[in-house]
Amino acid sequence: MKLPRWFHRFGSPPYVYALAGTLGPWIGGIAVVLIAAGTFGGLVLAPPDYLQGDSFRIIYIHVPSAYISMMAYVILAVAAAIGFIWHLKLAHAVAVSIAPIGASFTFLALATGAIWGKPTWGTFWQWTDPRMMFELLLLFLYLGYMALRAAFEDRDKADRVSAILGVVGVVNVPIIHYSVIWWNSLHQGPTISRLDGPTITMDMLAPLLIMIVGFTFCFAWLLLSRLQGEIVEREYAARWLRELVGESR
Amino acid sequence: MSDENAGLIAADLGVSRGGRLLIDGLSFELEAGDAALVTGPNGSGKTSLLRVLAGLAPPAAGSVKWAATEVRQLAPEARAGIAYRGHLNGLKKDLTVRENLEFHRALNGSEAPIDELLVTLGLRDVAGQRLRFLSAGQRRRAGLAMLKLGEARLWLLDEPLTNLDIAGRRLVAQWIDEHLDAGGMAAIASHQPDQLAGGGTLSIEL
Amino acid sequence: MVDIFLTIMGRDLKLAYRRWSEFANPLLFFVIVASLFPLALSPGQALLQSIGTGVLWVAALLSSLLALEGLFRGDFEDGSMEQILLSPAPFGTVVIAKIAAHWIVSGIPLIVLVPVVALSFQLPGEALATLAAALLLATPTLSVLSAIGAALTVSLKSGGSIIGLLILPLCSPMLIFGTRATDMAANGEPVAAPLYLLAALAVFAISLGPLAVAAALRVGLE
Repeated sequence: MKLPRWFHRFGSPPYVYALAGTLGPWIGGIAVVLIAAGTFGGLVLAPPDYLQGDSFRIIYIHVPSAYISMMAYVILAVAAAIGFIWHLKLAHAVAVSIAPIGASFTFLALATGAIWGKPTWGTFWQWTDPRMMFELLLLFLYLGYMALRAAFEDRDKADRVSAILGVVGVVNVPIIHYSVIWWNSLHQGPTISRLDGPTITMDMLAPLLIMIVGFTFCFAWLLLSRLQGEIVEREYAARWLRELVGESR
Repeated sequence: MSDENAGLIAADLGVSRGGRLLIDGLSFELEAGDAALVTGPNGSGKTSLLRVLAGLAPPAAGSVKWAATEVRQLAPEARAGIAYRGHLNGLKKDLTVRENLEFHRALNGSEAPIDELLVTLGLRDVAGQRLRFLSAGQRRRAGLAMLKLGEARLWLLDEPLTNLDIAGRRLVAQWIDEHLDAGGMAAIASHQPDQLAGGGTLSIEL
Repeated sequence: MVDIFLTIMGRDLKLAYRRWSEFANPLLFFVIVASLFPLALSPGQALLQSIGTGVLWVAALLSSLLALEGLFRGDFEDGSMEQILLSPAPFGTVVIAKIAAHWIVSGIPLIVLVPVVALSFQLPGEALATLAAALLLATPTLSVLSAIGAALTVSLKSGGSIIGLLILPLCSPMLIFGTRATDMAANGEPVAAPLYLLAALAVFAISLGPLAVAAALRVGLE
């Protein structure tokens, strides 16, 4: 299997470094605008929930974080697989850069879920909630990936070994997801599904969608800036980098 | 088929260990009857080079071909043509000498007679003992026996003389000579190149 | 290919027999952990009976972590693994044979031992048969996942502390279906669904897992 020719440009560190530098501020700007708009819409324009009052407003952070946490793991695994199969070091760099970002969003989803849980369930942590259980297991997958990388001194080996773990993990993510849901469906626990209720009105939903898009841009922005750092670390001896640093001095 | 007879071709080879490039731009060829002696100080990359030639590790640059195929992509059957003896003997301490050799014979799909080999190596009396109870030199001998448990045409030997007594060293030198005379090839890393009788037709100094 | 499979499996079983304590210790560990729980809980049969299934499964899972380090490490450190990789034997077959041997020495004893210990937790008789069946279906998956963890960490000086972190989250579906099946049997409910799901996991793990294991071992040997 061969990669298309245009793709090879993405194997060139100077090209990607420069591209990330150019795109980063734009994507970051869009993220800031969207998140500001979503926050205004969510906190001010959207009406309070008829059941949960104002506490439901935390979904404007909780749901986008949870969404990013899953998407990031998939991207991590795809990048790692590309790096493993076609020996593309930059794809490995992308996977490495994603891990802490994904873990942070997963943690954010868990933390906001816990904060939301207090007024809804009366407790910060409800072991019977399948979504929270899934996010927790996802956090463990991220941490395992990072721990495995950290255990290797040789970066090439760390790249290749952690890529295998990433692929094994992403194959297991849907299995874990559905088994946790199945587990909950049998449980006679006091679970309130928090998004049940009468249909969400448009003025509640629109800010949520805006936030999800904003978080996606925010993720891309963080990824690009981490990727730049990762490239510098991997290419510290390369000529193009020295020239670049020399120029900007 | 000319491919079948093609030997080992290393082209513009780069070898790195732990991200550091140790060998750069090394090119050489081995054909029937050729031996390459790899010499160099500690840490110069002799072991890393042999591991790359064996296909255990990927080259940092360039290519290694055996029978006109990249060594890392050899079909399982084609791998039988290469024998690699590294620092580790590749024997189980909890199996007897004979069991170890029988296992490797089965692994290589070979029919070589083990009893004769044990006699040649002076291991007949300890054949039924677990490797755990043998001396380092005896284990080394048992490890070298594996060279005769397959039909490898290329021998990659990493310090084959380590731990061996004089008789053992002579035996190894003799085996290598016989192997080359029979149209085999070898790449040997050693600190005592003068003890390997015929010496190499090719000398690689790192 | 069958020859290679049997050669490798025979060798690993012989080695396991000669170092039997390596495989007996995890079983002993399981029994001890399981018997510590009643001590840690307030005395009372009802509580034990209600949490017994979970305790047994988690203890079995943890004990299996102890057995997995030696799965590839021995072969890796004495150079056998590189000789096997370089031999004409198909590496995938070798990996499957090694996992099978590991299952025989660490999985099968659990299938026998766990229901026996379960008796002491007063699990009803119908549940014991289901428990054994669930273990029979779950332990192959466990062996494959263990092999993945062992292969990923084989070139590290010591993989012990990290393997659990890698493997245990992946074990969660198995744990869920296994405990549910046992509990449902204890309540007299039909248990086909979780057992089928366990079987599906096993088929899935056995067909794809060895690929990951082989890839990880190759990288480990570089």
